[in-house]
Amino acid sequence: MAASRFLEVPQAPPDAILGISEAFKADNSPQKMNLGVGAYRDEEGKPVVLGAVREAERRVLEDPTENKEYLGMGGIPEFCRLSARMAFGEGSAALREGRNATIQGLSGTGCLRVGGEFLSRFYPGPKIVLIPTPSWANHRAIFERCGMQVQQYRYYKADTRGLDFEGMIEDIKAAPEGAILLLHACAHNPTGVDPTPEQWQGILDAALAKKLLVFFDSAYQGFASGDLDRDGYSIRLFCDAGLELLLAQSFAKNMGLYGERVGALTVIVGDSAAAKKVESQLKITARQMYSNPPRHGASIATRILADPQLYAQWKVELKGMADRILTMRQQLYQALQEVGAPGDWGHILRQIGMFSYTGLTKAQVENMTNKWHVYMTFDGRISMAGLSSSKCGYLAQAMKDSVENC
Amino acid sequence: MSLAAAKGTRPQQAACCGAARRWRRRAPVAVHAAAQVQTASRLDAVEQAPPDPILGVSEAFKKDTSPDKLNLGVGAYRTEELQPYVLKVVRKAEERMLAKDENKEYLPIEGLASFRQATVELLLGADSPAIQEGRVAVLQSLSGTGSLRVGAEFIAKFMPGTVAYISRPTWGNHKNIFADAGVEWREYSYFDPESIGLDFEGMLADLQAAPDGSVVLLHGCAHNPTGVDPTKEQWARIADVLQAKGHLPFFDVAYQGFATGSLEEDAFAPRYFVERGLEFAVAQSYSKNLGLYAERVGAMSFVLSEAGAAQRVLSQMKRIARAIYSNPPVHGARIVAEVVGSEEMFGEWKGEMEMMAGRIKGVRQDLYDALVEINPDKDWSFVLKQIGMFTFTGMTPQQCDNMTNKWHVYMTKDGRLSLAGLSSAKAAYLARAIDDSVRNY
Repeated sequence: MAASRFLEVPQAPPDAILGISEAFKADNSPQKMNLGVGAYRDEEGKPVVLGAVREAERRVLEDPTENKEYLGMGGIPEFCRLSARMAFGEGSAALREGRNATIQGLSGTGCLRVGGEFLSRFYPGPKIVLIPTPSWANHRAIFERCGMQVQQYRYYKADTRGLDFEGMIEDIKAAPEGAILLLHACAHNPTGVDPTPEQWQGILDAALAKKLLVFFDSAYQGFASGDLDRDGYSIRLFCDAGLELLLAQSFAKNMGLYGERVGALTVIVGDSAAAKKVESQLKITARQMYSNPPRHGASIATRILADPQLYAQWKVELKGMADRILTMRQQLYQALQEVGAPGDWGHILRQIGMFSYTGLTKAQVENMTNKWHVYMTFDGRISMAGLSSSKCGYLAQAMKDSVENC
Repeated sequence: MSLAAAKGTRPQQAACCGAARRWRRRAPVAVHAAAQVQTASRLDAVEQAPPDPILGVSEAFKKDTSPDKLNLGVGAYRTEELQPYVLKVVRKAEERMLAKDENKEYLPIEGLASFRQATVELLLGADSPAIQEGRVAVLQSLSGTGSLRVGAEFIAKFMPGTVAYISRPTWGNHKNIFADAGVEWREYSYFDPESIGLDFEGMLADLQAAPDGSVVLLHGCAHNPTGVDPTKEQWARIADVLQAKGHLPFFDVAYQGFATGSLEEDAFAPRYFVERGLEFAVAQSYSKNLGLYAERVGAMSFVLSEAGAAQRVLSQMKRIARAIYSNPPVHGARIVAEVVGSEEMFGEWKGEMEMMAGRIKGVRQDLYDALVEINPDKDWSFVLKQIGMFTFTGMTPQQCDNMTNKWHVYMTKDGRLSLAGLSSAKAAYLARAIDDSVRNY
């Protein structure tokens, strides 16, 4: 057989996080901990399917009016309506005025990509996307695939393990006028560092001054504080200020629908007539990528959002997940005090959401893994979701040892 | 946008405790916002997109209130009662899945392993040397469209400047997918309106004239929209030209099972290409044959001459997929794995596939008979010769408009009718509509 025409195709670099999962699997130590995981785990370290989700799924499968027919390119209309309401709030003027163009998309990634493609085609401003340093690794890849230039703004401050607010504002003010500003709506990934309400106001002011187009990535609404409205604060602040903006909404974590790929993309536009046109273009963009979105997960999500009883049950379970994570933060902090780990670990408590940027260096992380069988990413990030009460003491010991000796 | 509205969305203020101070400080925000002038809309110049040539038809159909309306636009199977059909074997699979209480964790980027194995075996046969030798890169993806998109992006990146040749005519979305991925497309002759058959010599001539190493998009079976497929002998001659020119064949396999009713028989062309030692790309969809339309289940595969290349190609497809949707939806893939993984269920599936294809063949005959009855002088034999879900009528856009405006028959403007949406009971009505349109417009 002739040599492959694809001989020159290089092997793509291995996924860093996947490599960690594989090493974890291969490790035989009974002490091993997987803190690299990006999905929620219960106290026993098991994945969770929420009760509200199971019940909604059962109803979907038992409903004789449900079938497998193609959804429209924009997905389930009720899903779109309820997702937008969840994000922007019941009282949102933008929604009331019909100024949102909302389509169902493939979780956060799919919504970011369709949004990015839409902007690359229709946005008259500079095709420049500003993302925080650091950000979710896939942000850069997505926007670059859309043909946009990606620039970074300062965000995480290593010495405080907190927000470099001054640096962030400076960089926003130095941005090209009309550029696109990507903001994590809450529970910043990977650092867990979020602006305060006052700081959000400052960010809004700076964005307005430079006429930046804001693009929110909301993957943790309800998952950060346990309260959907509270976690929607930044989105609502910006939207209520009258801005046009984009929102990529994911239900992967807060509904635990990860593999079902459930999300919504909204563009808030200046007027409702323009919003209709924008919606038509979002649909065409989707059509050329995947035709129409997957049905199963969105059917589940719609039922939960629409049924008062399921919605209430979901909110309780959501708070339960958020609370467990908060508890882990507190317990880890306690344990670090108890073992006398050097340094100020207050950031463990201040940081928000699934992830925490511990501040551990690469050498310290290597020690965590090689000596203590604790798997985490080299940037010092740990997933609080992968922690359990019984292991906090062990983890604290590992961190103390790593900080003292590496 | 009004201040009052903005104020109205302020959350409740807590009566006491530290949190209250933070919330209360939000009151000035509304005032602050008023000081900022709302920037002029930058999105108001966005134009309304034209309706999608295929999916737009369904949207128009939904709005029609006529009791006679017929949706023969999108290729979605309907029962004789013109109801959507969820395969019994799919329902069974879903019940089993629910009972297993499986989690909803992310699939790996390349998708569900059991699904990928089942899918490549369905296409090439479990004993295919390409599979045995690890020479196939298989990526679960978003049905046919999503798979084509990943394949097109791969071509744009690793075969830059290569032109994709697509048949004239082809499925309405092919051109957009390739163009959007940055791949230039050109057409090769395919359909001969005179014979209402394959313009075989024209096709070969065009493929011969194309630059060496072009991509050639081929429909695996049941060509959409024409229903005209090459014979086995013709496939051999097509393979000759592809081999001589070093072209990369790219199969679109959306109707495996709908051409002859047999899943195995309909896989002839890709299996033959493996025998011939050709490398090729293939997009597969389970939308029609397993009725999984909305679950978006399919695969993008590359059959290569060596395992090492397959590994590397898969790694690059994963990278492309990661920036479009990260990882594929789990539900539909699990259904496929259940059905194909159980001998009993696979057998049931084959039965239902034969039933669906059989109903379409039956309705073809009914339509033909009705057309001959109304107008015995015209040659309607193309209806019987065409293969798969569709009949390609040769009607002009004006005639198609008449079909819709006068007869409430919804179809695509290229003259394609989806027989999957026709019942025996409505065959005579459709025949009258076709005859009227062809005669008078």
